[in-house]
Amino acid sequence: MAYTEEELKKELETKEYEYGFYTEIESDTFPKGLNADIVRAISKKKNEPEWMTEWRLEAFRIWESMEEPEWANVHYEKPDFQAISYYSAPKKADPNKTMDDVDPELLEMYRKLGISLDEQKRLQNVAVDIVVDSVSVATTFQKTLEEKGILFMPISEAIQKHPELIKKYMGTVVPKTDNFYAALNSAVFTDGSFCYIPKGVKCPMELSTYFRINEGGTGQFERTLVIADESSYVSYLEGCTAPSRDENQLHAAVVELIALDDAEIKYSTVQNWFPGDSDGKGGVYNFVTKRGLCEKNSKISWTQVETGSAVTWKYPSCILKGDNSVGEFYSIAVTNNFQQADTGTKMVHLGKNTKSTIISKGISAGKSQNSYRGLVQVNSRAENARNFSQCDSLLMGNECGAHTFPYIEAKNKSAQIEHEATTSKIGEDQIFYCNQRGIDTEKAIALIVNGFSKEVLNKLPMEFAVEAQKLLEISLEGSVG
Amino acid sequence: MLEIKDLHAGVEDKKILKGINLTVNPGEVHAIMGPNGSGKSTLASVIAGKEDFEVKKGSISLEGEDLEELAPEERAHKGIFMSFQYPVEIPGVTVTNFMKTAINESRKAKGLEDMPANEMLKLIREKSEMLEIDRKFLSRSLNEGFSGGEKKRNEIFQLAMMEPKLAILDETDSGLDIDALRIVANGVNKLRSKDNAIVVITHYQRLLEYIIPDYVHVLFDGRIAKSGGKELALELEEKGYDWIKQEVVV
Ligand SMILES: Nc1ncnc2c1ncn2[C@@H]1O[C@H](COP(=O)(O)OP(=O)(O)O)[C@@H](O)[C@H]1O
Ligand SMILES: [Mg+2]
Repeated sequence: MAYTEEELKKELETKEYEYGFYTEIESDTFPKGLNADIVRAISKKKNEPEWMTEWRLEAFRIWESMEEPEWANVHYEKPDFQAISYYSAPKKADPNKTMDDVDPELLEMYRKLGISLDEQKRLQNVAVDIVVDSVSVATTFQKTLEEKGILFMPISEAIQKHPELIKKYMGTVVPKTDNFYAALNSAVFTDGSFCYIPKGVKCPMELSTYFRINEGGTGQFERTLVIADESSYVSYLEGCTAPSRDENQLHAAVVELIALDDAEIKYSTVQNWFPGDSDGKGGVYNFVTKRGLCEKNSKISWTQVETGSAVTWKYPSCILKGDNSVGEFYSIAVTNNFQQADTGTKMVHLGKNTKSTIISKGISAGKSQNSYRGLVQVNSRAENARNFSQCDSLLMGNECGAHTFPYIEAKNKSAQIEHEATTSKIGEDQIFYCNQRGIDTEKAIALIVNGFSKEVLNKLPMEFAVEAQKLLEISLEGSVG
Repeated sequence: MLEIKDLHAGVEDKKILKGINLTVNPGEVHAIMGPNGSGKSTLASVIAGKEDFEVKKGSISLEGEDLEELAPEERAHKGIFMSFQYPVEIPGVTVTNFMKTAINESRKAKGLEDMPANEMLKLIREKSEMLEIDRKFLSRSLNEGFSGGEKKRNEIFQLAMMEPKLAILDETDSGLDIDALRIVANGVNKLRSKDNAIVVITHYQRLLEYIIPDYVHVLFDGRIAKSGGKELALELEEKGYDWIKQEVVV
């Protein structure tokens, strides 16, 4: 099979979603629709204290007064928020049970997802929390972590066990009023992970959460809160999948990171929600608000590999509040077929000598649209702020689009801001060169794409870099036969 | 080894090769010379299976097997290697990674396991020393920011790594200074054996002082206008290509 533009296109079209299975698990699902009673019911289901219920209800009232944003470079049929069920739990999952009690079908699902909860991950030093639909089903490794004083648990559990931390930090980085989806999430979030690293503790393993939407007609609204206390360190990874469905499923998550003085948080995401089929039918709407707050001398690094979802709206950001704090954003976003991604970051420089780095790699194929949107904002008091941004786009075929929207607002003259952007195409010459060396077209594309993405792949924790590479290959290649 | 019969090839509305006949036996070195635009690179690309060109008539076979239906990578697996006149850049892919992939893909096609890492390392060490290539060079992105000479040397490094049956060198000498030329030619000569064959495409006879051909062919307007022994190269150097042009017209 030699490469022509036509054939490449065909190959890309035949790509299938590997995680598109649906698992028959009895589940406990709320009726569709959203109102204050549903919000109360979610809170009740989670056994929440009253302050939490009130918090949610306030968010719900805020959300009701807001309009869905239109400014992103994406076009889609607006979800009907009354046609979604806001709570779905696999019936047999009970967070208090041990692994032996976990539904074998769930375990089978994890196996298909490539997650093993046992020895394999232990060897790899990964603690995993898994959220299926709305409930956190298993958290491994808790004991080992507890010995170091590290808290890693479903957020619903943290609300019960550590209300002081939740009250102190939840909603401080992403307030309920922040945006339409954040308000919605604040009202109806069902689960997610909570993590607290005490002062001076370096978390000895990767912490990891897998999110999976299983039920049809449901939305997933998880909430993640990571707090790294002074001089602590944590590396956190989140992975996401969903079954193939004709309908569009909504995923509206909120992630808040707090790095106190001298702390460091690495947050990596491998997002592979169902992207829709090759005709653009179905797929997940991924509307996510992720933001981190950096205190003095602290550092937050976002690394993301985004290959899934029909529509992505996502800007992991850093508020560089403390002097000498550092924010980083490394991103690979792949779009194929009819996928649309509008993703990027916001770096807000408030403190002195704050530094940010943005490396964005967009890969577009098929009829997809891939946009980078970034804001670098330097406050008037942020002396000597520095930013470096690099946005590279790789195009495959002639029907896709790559767009770059870099915004710069510098209110301090000492700011140094650099921006570089490139757009390239996978050339027939590159493919032929590889072919001539015995490398077939499919492998050649994988090689070229991995080369293009290397600076970002290198930022991922080792064990996930391999996974991410495979994912890039799956996303871009069809069955060349 | 290689048998080309009455080969006509070109692009949509343009005939480039107009009836090429060429037989290359194992152990032989053939030089193909000719003016710019005469079709030398096209001939190399058509043998390698580049689909930009349409074969309109005639055939190419390797060790008796017709290549027509074979994709470029399948031809490579059969042992055809082409050193590119204009090597292509692949950002982010190191020379080492590229070679590892190329070698293992070829092995896979033959039903072999991946080459063990230590064996690969040994091979890389041996070949890079032979071609006097700095090891640091091998961790750079393929051809990205390479000088003209470095690109050509890297092509020959790949040739040495892959040990093909038939090597086609397309203007490997251009961009090389005299020292590099000697090193590269030396590397090519080490690969000569009774079992493989080399086709050297060049403008100048300079390279042929180091890689001594058994036969020299002059390509002119898509045809082999003249063939001879190595002295033909010298004659061309002296008289230029106009002389051939006149002969063709006569
Ligand atoms: N892809 C192509 N499309 C159109 N014309 C081509 C193409 N490749 C080569 N040619 C033309 O074919 C002729 C021979 O080119 P080439 O084989 O590169 O010559 P040489 O290598 O002998 O200098 C030239 O006139 C060139 O312009
Ligand atoms: Mg040429």
